[in-house]
Amino acid sequence: MPSYLFIESRDPFETRDVEEGYRLLAELAAKNTPVTLFLVQNGVLVARQGARAEQFAALAANPRVKVLADTFALQERGIPTNALLPGVQASDMDALVDLLMVDDQKAIWH
Amino acid sequence: MAKTLTLLLMDPPFESANTATAFRLIDAALRKGHTVNVFAYEGAVNLTMKGQQQHPNPAHGKTVEEEQHPLTRDIVSGLFTSGGGDRLRWINCGLCVDERGAGDWVDGPRRGGPGDFWKWVTESDQTLVIPCR
Repeated sequence: MPSYLFIESRDPFETRDVEEGYRLLAELAAKNTPVTLFLVQNGVLVARQGARAEQFAALAANPRVKVLADTFALQERGIPTNALLPGVQASDMDALVDLLMVDDQKAIWH
Repeated sequence: MAKTLTLLLMDPPFESANTATAFRLIDAALRKGHTVNVFAYEGAVNLTMKGQQQHPNPAHGKTVEEEQHPLTRDIVSGLFTSGGGDRLRWINCGLCVDERGAGDWVDGPRRGGPGDFWKWVTESDQTLVIPCR
């Protein structure tokens, strides 16, 4: 069964098409397709507690969606891991490589 | 188990955080023992240009030495060292190179074309395209 790895580098407050990616993930998860959202670069900004992004908050709260945030990007932006929304886990490039190498994983960068 | 990851890069140097993330990803994959193929397309062929030079930062009153401006050519060279000479393969798109006059590059990359990228895709365990905005 294929799984999907969506690497989001953009901030939904910067461009609306980020929300299209969130919607795609929610729809895949609703079909019981394993999905992971890995946030890099400005993509991590939405993971802060208090960020007003309902679609992202719904994804983070969805038990069928794994949401990871690049620690390097968090540190660059002064976001401590204890300021992340529940459901978002700090991660790193080693973990991203492992995810990319999962058999039948379909990877998308946005 | 060692696998093969193919990346397509498009951003030119000193332009986008995509480049730094791609370098970090390549480094992590090589450290884990994987093979990494990089197809540099469009502006990304400038990443390996030998003529890149560090500069001072007059706005902050820093000399060249104090500024220590990182150059992508040096990072690529370092990645080739990490890859032990054969686990990092780098192709610069020939037409993109010619358009930009970017043919003088550091040791490691070779010239190729989109057909090489297609071949890598068919042979790799994973392919990730990192496009420009």
